[in-house]
Amino acid sequence: MSASILTWSIIAAQVLLGLAMCCATFRLVAGPRAQDRILGLDTLYVNAMLMLVTFGIRTGSTLYFEAALVIGLLGFVATVALAKFLMRGEVIE
Amino acid sequence: MNAAGSLPAWAALLTALCVLAGAGVTFIGSFGLLRLGNFYARVHAPTLGATFGMGSILVGSAFCFSMLETRPIVHEILIAVFVTLTTPVTLMLLARAALYRDRTEGSKDVPPAAAVEEVIPRQEG
Amino acid sequence: MSGIVPYPLLSAALLVLWLLLNQSVSAGHIILGSVLAVLASWAMAALRPEKPRIRRPGAALRLLGMVLFDILRSNLAVGRIIVRSREPGVNAGFMTIPLELRSRNGLAVLAIIITSTPGTIWLNYDAAKGTLLLHVLDLVDETVWIRLIKGRYERLLMEIFE
Repeated sequence: MSASILTWSIIAAQVLLGLAMCCATFRLVAGPRAQDRILGLDTLYVNAMLMLVTFGIRTGSTLYFEAALVIGLLGFVATVALAKFLMRGEVIE
Repeated sequence: MNAAGSLPAWAALLTALCVLAGAGVTFIGSFGLLRLGNFYARVHAPTLGATFGMGSILVGSAFCFSMLETRPIVHEILIAVFVTLTTPVTLMLLARAALYRDRTEGSKDVPPAAAVEEVIPRQEG
Repeated sequence: MSGIVPYPLLSAALLVLWLLLNQSVSAGHIILGSVLAVLASWAMAALRPEKPRIRRPGAALRLLGMVLFDILRSNLAVGRIIVRSREPGVNAGFMTIPLELRSRNGLAVLAIIITSTPGTIWLNYDAAKGTLLLHVLDLVDETVWIRLIKGRYERLLMEIFE
C-alpha cells in the first residue's frame, strides 16, 4: 500500500517536472531575446537536476545523485559563460 | 521501483509529500516563464524551483535514503549548498547583462545608466 | 591567525565537503581530506582576500532562520501571483534603496539573500552613492520593501560584519 503510494507520487512528481522542463524548453526555443533563451536554459538545467534526484529515489540508487551534482555544476558554468558573452558581444559591436 | 517496498508507511507518505510538493512548486515556477510578460518579470520565476522546490525534493530524498540504509545520508546537503550559492550568481549576471543590453539600445523601460552607474564610461568622458 | 591554517573555517568546510562526497568517516579519508583542506587554505592565503570577521554567530543564526522563513513566504506569494493573477507581472518594477552597509562581505551576503528570495532580484550596487538597484515582481508599495530589506536584513548584517 505505502509502496504503491510512493511509486505513484514519484511518477506524478516526474510528470510535473517533465511539464516544467517543457515550459523551460518553450522559453528556450521561442524566447524573444537572447536573455530569455538563456533563462530558459538555466531553468531547464535546474529542473533536469531535480528530475535526476527523483529518479534516484525511485530506483534507490545513489548514482543518480552524482549525476545531479554534475548537472548542477555544469549548468552554473554554462549560464555564467553565456551571460558573460551577452555582455561582451555588445561591447565589441 | 525496488526502493519503495522496504519503507514503513509513514516514511513513504512523508517522502511522497515532500517530493510532490517540491515538484509542484517547481512546475509553478517554470509555468511562470510562460505567463509572465517581460524578461525582468520572468527572472523571478525560476527561483521558486531553485529554492523551495529543490529544498523539498532533497529533504524527501535524504529522508528516503536514510530510512532505507538505516544511517543518516546527508550528501544531498552538497547539492543544496551548491545550488543556493550558484543560482543567485547566475540570475544576477543574467539580469545585469539584460540591463546592459537594454541600456545600450536606449530602451525606455529600464532606469537610465546615469542615475545608477556609468556603464559606458567611454561616452561620458 | 595561526600560520599553519590561515583560514580555519574554510578548511573545516572543505574537510566536511570531502567527507560528504566520499560518504565515509574512515581515518584515511579524514587524513586525506585534512591535507587537501590545509593545502587549499594555503592557496587561498596566497590570494590574500579580505578576511571576513563574523562578530556575532548568534545573529548569523537568527538571520539564517529569518531568511528561510522569508523564502518560504515569498515562494507562496510569487506562486500565487503566477497562478491566480489575471495579468501576472503587471506590478513589476525597478526601485532604488539607499544602503548604509559598507562591508563587502556583508554586501555579498545581502546580494545572495535578495536574489535567492523569489520576487526580488539584485541588479546593481553603486559603491560611490551607496544605492542599490532592485527589480521587484510585486511593486505595489515601495516602503514595504525598503522596510523589509533595511529593517530585517541590513541591520542584522551590520551587526554581524561591522
